[in-house]
Amino acid sequence: MYKHKYRVIIPFLAPAVILYLVFVIYPYIRAMYNSLTSWKGVSANQPFVGLANYERMIHDELFWNALKHNLQYLIILPILVIALSLFLAFMISQQIRGSKTFRIIFFFPQVISIISIGVLWSYIYHPTIGILTSIMQFLRLEWFFQLFGFDGIPVWMGDPSTVRWAIGGVVVWQAVGFYMIIFLAAMEAIPITFYEAAVLDGAGRFRQFWNITIPLLWDTMQTVLIFVGLLAFDMFAITRVMVVSGSTTNRPSDVLATYLYEQAFQVSRFGYATAIAVALFLMVLALSIFTMRATRRESVEY
Amino acid sequence: MQRNTTSKLGMGCIYAFLGFWSLVVIVPMVWVLVTSFKTDQEIFFSPWLPPAKLMFENFVRAWTKADISLYFINSMIVILPAIFFTLLFSAMAGYVLARYPFKGNRLIFFGFMGGMLFPVALALVPLFFLLQTFKILDSHFGLILVYIAYSLPFTVFFMTGFMKTLPSELIEAAIIDGAGNFQLFFKIIIPLSRNGLVSMGIFNFLGMWNQYILPLVLLTSQKKYVLSQGLAFLQHQQRYQSDWSGLFAAVVIVMLPTLIVYIIFQNQIQKGLTVGALKG
Repeated sequence: MYKHKYRVIIPFLAPAVILYLVFVIYPYIRAMYNSLTSWKGVSANQPFVGLANYERMIHDELFWNALKHNLQYLIILPILVIALSLFLAFMISQQIRGSKTFRIIFFFPQVISIISIGVLWSYIYHPTIGILTSIMQFLRLEWFFQLFGFDGIPVWMGDPSTVRWAIGGVVVWQAVGFYMIIFLAAMEAIPITFYEAAVLDGAGRFRQFWNITIPLLWDTMQTVLIFVGLLAFDMFAITRVMVVSGSTTNRPSDVLATYLYEQAFQVSRFGYATAIAVALFLMVLALSIFTMRATRRESVEY
Repeated sequence: MQRNTTSKLGMGCIYAFLGFWSLVVIVPMVWVLVTSFKTDQEIFFSPWLPPAKLMFENFVRAWTKADISLYFINSMIVILPAIFFTLLFSAMAGYVLARYPFKGNRLIFFGFMGGMLFPVALALVPLFFLLQTFKILDSHFGLILVYIAYSLPFTVFFMTGFMKTLPSELIEAAIIDGAGNFQLFFKIIIPLSRNGLVSMGIFNFLGMWNQYILPLVLLTSQKKYVLSQGLAFLQHQQRYQSDWSGLFAAVVIVMLPTLIVYIIFQNQIQKGLTVGALKG
């Protein structure tokens, strides 16, 4: 079978490997170098400036502003997405009628393009034509927002203090169905005998969930945490489509990805933008490694 | 899954929560569908009432005047060949990586996997200038190459795993029958991999349909925009020329194809999408 095997291996691997090296690996390596130049993109001349871009970044308030927003998403999104998706997965796993229909419905937002979702929600949040504000008025929820110092129902996208909640809410709305399916698949892989034994021992449903389901889902949880963490460090498409771009009022919704896009393709500071991208990459990498380390436990084999 | 029975009250709560989230998911989608049939006046003054008359003109206007048809065709021009070659190249690479032990096999496999770690944002600037150097910036051909390249890591990873599960007996029988290497691949391996290829085809279709940042950077003239980009462009234009109803119709046109693909293939999609995540 393996006679002249390189006559197969080389032509079969070549297209994938070449495309991958040219369009994926080369740009990543090149980015590391570009971040050390003050390149403006107009000439072949790329003055080497060492770490100057990084120094500038440290003193750039707008960089910290964007990073702060990413970190806020990093705290809020995993909590909401995991809590909701785990909760829904647990309920669907309770031998209920129509569970298949619920699965299909909850997954809908995952298959709609994020741009459609962004446009759709930017109008749902719209103070006059949108439905969210009128639903909340109908339910007389003004008192709830007054607790937080608002005059009434906030204007969501128009208020710097709520705009990130509004955008984050859309991301949660979209992501929950997907992670629910992942948790559900992992739950279904748990052997039923575990639960039968627990029932014999007199454990209630809540105890079963806490002492059997959660520990056995740990590996899945780790994966989900990393995925949602990556989501929190991205947020580019949703922010860009929901927020009026190019105005100074969009700073409350800035994230690193939108800020570096602006620096590169709107004001042509390619070197500086790439330095921000490198910083973003290092943070994502650190986050992934940290999550894997912090959540590492004795894997429960079954 | 659990065998003990749940009380009626417990069941009631479960249905209440599941029903609530179903509403949260469905109401916005139904709202945009209903609104897309209204006039601008109705949208503005009676957001809750159904349209007095179904305004199919909104769709006609979005499709022709707002260039959605053009964006739609552009998307197809880019996505169809990109998927075809992604699947072909990944199947070829996956086949070799799964079934031929050779020096550097693992290195190449993990090299592809490494690509999944990097955020696309990091590659944007060099990619822009690379395509400029090759004179394929602002061209569908350039975007196709980039789409294929960025779909490879996960698809190669998936196909390598898939190829390992193929029954060796059939392949050995074909070799004994004197099938050449290429014949073996196209006549035996590809048909056997049908399920995996369909899963990855759907997966990549959804991914490319949703892709926004790459076309935003790599396609600069409006006539070449793909759908996601065109819709975002329309949304930003909206600030200067208000055509709400046309915009809502455009959202529906962009939303429906993937929803329909999903409803037809929902089993395969849910399995296909979760398999990678679960393997971690």
